[in-house]
Amino acid sequence: MSEKKELEVSAIKNGTVIDHIPANVTFKIVQILDLYNHPGAITIGTNLDSITLGRKGIIKIADRYLTDEEIGRLSVVSPDVTLNIIKDYQIVEKKYVKYPKQIIGVVKCTNPKCVTNHQPIPTKMEVFDMNQKSLRCIYCERVMQYGEIELL
Amino acid sequence: MQRNFISITDLSKDDILSLLHDAARFEANPNQRLLEGKVVATLFFEPSTRTRLSFETAANRLGARVIGFSDPNSSSTSKGETLKDTIKMVSNYADVIVMRHYLEGAARYASEVTDVPIINAGDGANQHPSQTLLDLYSIWKTQGTLDDLDITMVGDLKYGRTVHSLLQALSFFNPRFHFIAPDLLRMPNGYRDFCNRHNLYFDESEVFDVNAIAHTDILYMTRIQKERFSDLREYEQVKNVYTLRNAMLAATKPNLRVLHPLPRVNEIAYDVDENPKAYYFQQAQNGLYAREAIICRMLNIDLK
Repeated sequence: MSEKKELEVSAIKNGTVIDHIPANVTFKIVQILDLYNHPGAITIGTNLDSITLGRKGIIKIADRYLTDEEIGRLSVVSPDVTLNIIKDYQIVEKKYVKYPKQIIGVVKCTNPKCVTNHQPIPTKMEVFDMNQKSLRCIYCERVMQYGEIELL
Repeated sequence: MQRNFISITDLSKDDILSLLHDAARFEANPNQRLLEGKVVATLFFEPSTRTRLSFETAANRLGARVIGFSDPNSSSTSKGETLKDTIKMVSNYADVIVMRHYLEGAARYASEVTDVPIINAGDGANQHPSQTLLDLYSIWKTQGTLDDLDITMVGDLKYGRTVHSLLQALSFFNPRFHFIAPDLLRMPNGYRDFCNRHNLYFDESEVFDVNAIAHTDILYMTRIQKERFSDLREYEQVKNVYTLRNAMLAATKPNLRVLHPLPRVNEIAYDVDENPKAYYFQQAQNGLYAREAIICRMLNIDLK
C-alpha cells in the first residue's frame, strides 16, 4: 500500500522532500521558499490522500537543501511539515520546523498604519504565542493570528 | 549600550521605579543644568503641541538647546525623504531625538538606523510611553505606592492607547482592574488575555455610577470620540452615560484621584475641577518631570 503511494509522486535522487503539508497551503510554501526561481526539477503534488491530514501536499525539490532560516519561514504557514533530506534516493535525515526567534521579510504586517507598509523596510515578526499560533510585529506591536497572515 | 525609550513594554519593574524616583528629584528641583552643551532634537512628523511643549520645556529646564520641527510640511519629509534619511541627517546634529510619528512602529525603526537615543513621543495608535510614565508617576505620588491598587478605567477602552500602555505597565504591581465602557468600546481581547496571562484581576461593566467607583483608588477617565460611532444617536446616549460629575465623588475613598490624559471634552463635568480629588491638571504637569527623567536617562546622566 505504501508502495502505491510512493508512485503518486516520483522520487528524486538528491534534494529535499517536504511532506505532510496541509493541502490548502501547498502553494504558499512554493511562494515562501521562492521556488519559482529554483533552476532544478520540482515536483508539486497536492490534494493527495493522507490518513492523518485527509488531503495533503508534497513538494520534492531536486538539488536543494533548505537553510535553517528557510525552514524557520515554514513555521508561519505549516509548522507540522516533515522535511526529508534525500541523498542518492535515500532519506538520510528528517527535519522538523523549529520556530525561529524572528521572521524577516516573508510576512506582511496586517496593520495598514504600520511603518513597514509605508517605508522601504522589511517586516520583522517574532513568534508571540506558539500555542495560539500568533506572530507579533516588532515595530507596531500588532499581534496576528496565523490564519490571517498574508505573505509579502 | 544604546538606550532608547520606545515602548513601555521594554521597561522592567526596576526601570519604572528608578525613573519615578528620578522624576521626583526633578519635581523638587525642575531647573538643573545637567544638559549644558547638549542638543535635543524634537521631530514632530505629526503635530502635537501639548507633548512637544512638554518635551521642549523639559530640555530647556535641563539647560539643553532644542532643534527640530513641529510640522512635517516644513521639513524635507514633504519632499519625499524617507524616515531613515531624516533620522540619519538629524543624528549628525543631536545628542538625543524625541520623535512623534503618525506611523506605528516608526520610533522602533528609527532606533535601528541610528546610534543616537530615540525617545518615542507617540507612534500612531501604538505607544506613547512618556504619557504612561507620567500616569504612573501621578498614581505613585498620590497613592504613595503602585502596589495592590484598584484602578478603574472608564470610556473608550478599545482605541485608547493610554489605557492599554498603563495596563501593561501596572502588570508588575498586582493591580485590580475595573473596566467600564460601552460594549462597542470595551477592552480588546488581546488585553484581557494579557491580564489572564499575568494573573491580574479584572472585571467589566457597562454601568458607570456611584457604586462602580465606591472602592477604587484611581479613576482613569478617557475621551469617547464621536468618530468611533457610525450611529450618532448611539454616541449621544453613550457620551452622557460616561460623564463624571462632582456629586458622584462624594461617597468615594478619600485617597481616590481622578486622572485623564487630556484633552477632555465632556467626560468630566467642569464642577469636578475644584474637587481636591481631581488630579488631571497636576497630572499633565507631572509630564514635565517624567520627561526630564527620561531625557537624562537616555543620556546616561547621573543624578546623584
